[in-house]
Amino acid sequence: MKLDSKIPEGPLKDKWTNYKNNIRLVNPANKRNIDVIVVGTGLAGGSAAATLAELGYNVKAFCYQDSPRRAHSIAAQGGINAAKNYQGDGDSTYRLFYDTIKGGDYRSREANVYRLAEVSANIIDQCVAQGVPFARDYGGLLDNRSFGGVLVSRTFYAKGQTGQQLLLGAYSAMNRQIAKGKIEMFNRHEMLDVVIVDGKARGIIARNLVTGEIERHSAHAVVIGSGGYGNVFFLSTNAMGSNVTASWKIHKRGALFANPCYTQIHPTCVPVHGTQQSKLTLMSESLRNDGRIWVPKKIEDAKAIREGKLRARDIKEEDRDYYLERRYPSFGNLVPRDVASRAAKERCDAGYGVVNNDTNEGVFLDFASAIQRYGKQEALLKGIHNPSKEEVESLGKKVVESKYGNLFDMYKQITAENPYETPMKIYPAVHYTMGGVWVDYNLMTTVPGLYAIGEANFSDHGANRLGASALMQGLADGYFVLPYTIGDYLADDIRTGKISTDLPEFKEAEDSVKSMIDTFINNKGKHSVDYFHKKLGLIMWNKVGMSRTASGLKEAIEEIKVLREQFWKEVKVPGTADEMNPELEKATRVADFLELGELFARDALEREESCGGHFREEHRTEDGEAKRDDENFAYVAAWEYTGQPSEAILHKEELKFENVELKTRSYK
Amino acid sequence: MAAEKGMNITLKVWRQKNGQSKGALETYQINDVSPDSSFLEMMDALNDQIIMKDGSPVVFDHDCREGICGSCSMYINGQPHGPARLVTTCQLHMREFKDGETIYVEPFRAKAFPVIKDLVVDRSALDRIQHAGGYISVNTSGNTQDANAIPIEKEKADKAFDAATCIGCGACVAACKNASASLFMSAKISQYALLPQGQVEAKNRVLAMVKQAEEEGFGPCSNTGACEIECPKGISLENIARMNREYLSASLTSK
Amino acid sequence: MSESRGLLKSHIVKKYWMAFTGLFLILFLTGHLAGNLQLFMSGYAGQLQFNEYAVFMTTNPAVKLLSYVTYLSIIFHAIDGMMISIANKKARPISYAYSRPEKNSIWSSRNMGVLGTIILVYIVVHMQNFWYVYKFGSTPFMMNEAGNAPLLQDGTAVAGGLIENGSVFLNGENVGVAMKDLHTIVVDGFTNPILVGFYVLAMIALGFHLVHGFSSAFQSLGLNHPKYNPIIRKVGYAYAIVVPAIFALIPVYMFFM
Repeated sequence: MKLDSKIPEGPLKDKWTNYKNNIRLVNPANKRNIDVIVVGTGLAGGSAAATLAELGYNVKAFCYQDSPRRAHSIAAQGGINAAKNYQGDGDSTYRLFYDTIKGGDYRSREANVYRLAEVSANIIDQCVAQGVPFARDYGGLLDNRSFGGVLVSRTFYAKGQTGQQLLLGAYSAMNRQIAKGKIEMFNRHEMLDVVIVDGKARGIIARNLVTGEIERHSAHAVVIGSGGYGNVFFLSTNAMGSNVTASWKIHKRGALFANPCYTQIHPTCVPVHGTQQSKLTLMSESLRNDGRIWVPKKIEDAKAIREGKLRARDIKEEDRDYYLERRYPSFGNLVPRDVASRAAKERCDAGYGVVNNDTNEGVFLDFASAIQRYGKQEALLKGIHNPSKEEVESLGKKVVESKYGNLFDMYKQITAENPYETPMKIYPAVHYTMGGVWVDYNLMTTVPGLYAIGEANFSDHGANRLGASALMQGLADGYFVLPYTIGDYLADDIRTGKISTDLPEFKEAEDSVKSMIDTFINNKGKHSVDYFHKKLGLIMWNKVGMSRTASGLKEAIEEIKVLREQFWKEVKVPGTADEMNPELEKATRVADFLELGELFARDALEREESCGGHFREEHRTEDGEAKRDDENFAYVAAWEYTGQPSEAILHKEELKFENVELKTRSYK
Repeated sequence: MAAEKGMNITLKVWRQKNGQSKGALETYQINDVSPDSSFLEMMDALNDQIIMKDGSPVVFDHDCREGICGSCSMYINGQPHGPARLVTTCQLHMREFKDGETIYVEPFRAKAFPVIKDLVVDRSALDRIQHAGGYISVNTSGNTQDANAIPIEKEKADKAFDAATCIGCGACVAACKNASASLFMSAKISQYALLPQGQVEAKNRVLAMVKQAEEEGFGPCSNTGACEIECPKGISLENIARMNREYLSASLTSK
Repeated sequence: MSESRGLLKSHIVKKYWMAFTGLFLILFLTGHLAGNLQLFMSGYAGQLQFNEYAVFMTTNPAVKLLSYVTYLSIIFHAIDGMMISIANKKARPISYAYSRPEKNSIWSSRNMGVLGTIILVYIVVHMQNFWYVYKFGSTPFMMNEAGNAPLLQDGTAVAGGLIENGSVFLNGENVGVAMKDLHTIVVDGFTNPILVGFYVLAMIALGFHLVHGFSSAFQSLGLNHPKYNPIIRKVGYAYAIVVPAIFALIPVYMFFM
């Protein structure tokens, strides 16, 4: 198989425009005869469904939640990047492109990333027109904040609920099309297989999660926007239901899976508290705009804090180690996520962690100086010239509250500690997966007619994603890229007519889904699904997590294999197939995680370098920073399924950099 | 967050096989619950216990467990999302309860929210209210005017945002003695009514959404204020008043 | 139901009407109370003044018009309220096994239907007691202070006049309508402790009804503003306590006098 990324010719900045000008279109009357299935209704799926319906296609949208509005994009907090340069601080399309390429540690495609930067500004216009209430300044204009890994303020936000507001915008666009009958919505449905007819994606098999019915749905093209696979770690900031099943099923039917090992470990999450814990909660990266990260300088102080003998406030300023500011003076607390996460791990591994859990994993995120700074500024604005200490604190807290109030409340709710009074404790957690289904410039997978968008694909973030770029990519794919590129493919389908669901391929796919479900229901094992999922998560976190070694990865591959066999023998799924059965849903998802996990570890083992979210202990510089190997690894690793993850075939898409110079990423 | 002694809890949980069957409260005992665990983590532990005894686990809606997706519901100890203010069930922690306490867990109840199974109800009526007019009719081409072309007064933008934070969980309906969806509807109507972009379709929107809500079987608003107190996002009653104003002017001036 | 474009086309419109009629009835209550304060005046002067007031209230065309609007409002408020109560109940056919509504709302706000029903029963009784008797029953007539001459509606005493069929006849000639003595009916009525007790109870119900009803009417009409809400709430509370309390004081005062 030869990978063809189909990147258009011509200079970088003209590629997308020229391409759009020459792409084939489907005339409006013919669009009415074409069906498109969209799986997932987050920012990518939701915006794609709405736009395709707007263009005139008949859309069938699927989500496992009870409403499209609940897709996990809703939990994105901090913001969305766009090269608007409203702040006049030197931003431009090129700079956003450059930051994203550099932030991704030179492991993404130039053309895709440039297109992303190009359409970013449209997204903001579109969302404002839809009524998305972005934060504004007193002049009534849009406000921006700064995010990790960049030197400009280009992040648009809606308090700490940007993802929610953008998703509700996409959902409202969907509502408009649902009302018109252009989108047929299938809530509480889970895609369990894709149907391929004559080499083209022509439908899916989905399970109605209320009745348990297995349904066949046909279409001329299938779009997967089902998100990332962070839940392979069991504990992550993903929603409980987030899963890899749609992506994995298409992988098993021929779509290549790219760079599975690129995982983003987000530096600011609430630390693990105990064994009953079901998930981790993110504290937005935007907090690093104002929060300072530190651990005690003296190891005995850290110990005393863990034991509850000292509090953060008891540690004198000179005894605090603001390690990000120390190690990376130019970016300080706003280094990219992978760098911040590893730095936290380094300190905690060295014994300076401040949280009393099994691994002492946790560092402080302190707002005391921000409260002082804002308090003084507010006092001046209010004409108070000699404010008392209390006045400054109270004014400062108000400013901090207006910026991050909901995050602080959430933190307080989870930990029972008041972050206005005492620093937050945070630790990295699995958050986002840059890897995903391999797609070409059209966002089409290696299966014709099968597309992957948003976090489900691999295309734009390379080995590390910058903050506030996930929302940008999801909406760019769904609103502005896929609706164009899919026309090029569908132009051939105007005379195809309705695809019948009676085709043998549908029956074959349905039978295989049914047989899998029957296996689970009839397998009277002895352990619950979670038992296996937690075990898989531990293997992944300990051996395929923030830092990886060849020996650890080899062990992980073996352990996952054993665990997978045990799972199929011993998993216990109560209830029946023809009812609402969440344990069965979990079982079908964990089965796929158990295969993906192995490929994930294999990919990490093959990649003998450190780049972005992938850190191999064997490959680091003398001062502990990641060491990339551009000579041998400037490629996308795309895996072809052949029956077992261990037998997957590696295809390499070489990455060509014609517009940026590959440099060692430095945030010092 | 030191490990404290676990709590022993008695649960009275509503069990109902499906929409057609009759349900009843069933009693469960669960011991050694960490006060730091969330209510749903306690329910997970209960389900583990049930599965190990070959029972049928309690089915409940949940997803993000960060209080933002609006999936989780549950009427806990006589209140939607339980006793704590401004939190969803997934953000409710066991430290809010006493060791040895008996906790009642029921589904959200309303004619418009039929029970699907156990604690899961069908809230698609809320979606249908949105289909009726919960959008601005702008096409998704991105060829609109520049985002900064219309400055919006910060106070109004902030209020629109406050209304827009509704997560559509349905707690307002569950709390209301009349199972009214007024707070939910009014939040959406307000968000758009406060923004210049939403003005164009304001009249039709409020008429259509209100009509749909009644057809779904939601009750009238009695202004008891229960919804505002129980709303996990603190959506204000001011929005209902705004909806009432919008509806009045739309009724008087529409054809 | 919502298809119709009628007067009550939606729950919200029904609530507008509740609010409109409710606020009008609050105005009415204020006026009614002002008139009733005259019952606290003692002696013949008080009796005369109250009866003259009764004449004014039943004969002045403007007042008459207003009274019809009041009756209509009461009937509309009651019927509308019943329709709303039915809709309220229908929206939750299966109630909670365990509920703590006191955690999120005040008792009156959840029991407006019950309170309204008590008030409606009270209004019927009250109308029967006084309005019906005054209009159609056998009422005593008002005499001058010496008790030897009947009074006309305008207050002139007709020495030697005889009352027949409600009119005063002097030497067989009808000189005008006689003034009825409502005051005595009231005084007599409130010698019955059961009736006094019922009136007091009804006024307590009215108080609770108003505690919620007053501010709720503003909210239903969309009159909600963070700046004025506290004032509306406070005025509503004060009104709900003071007005029914004075109303209730009248039968108690008369019982003990």
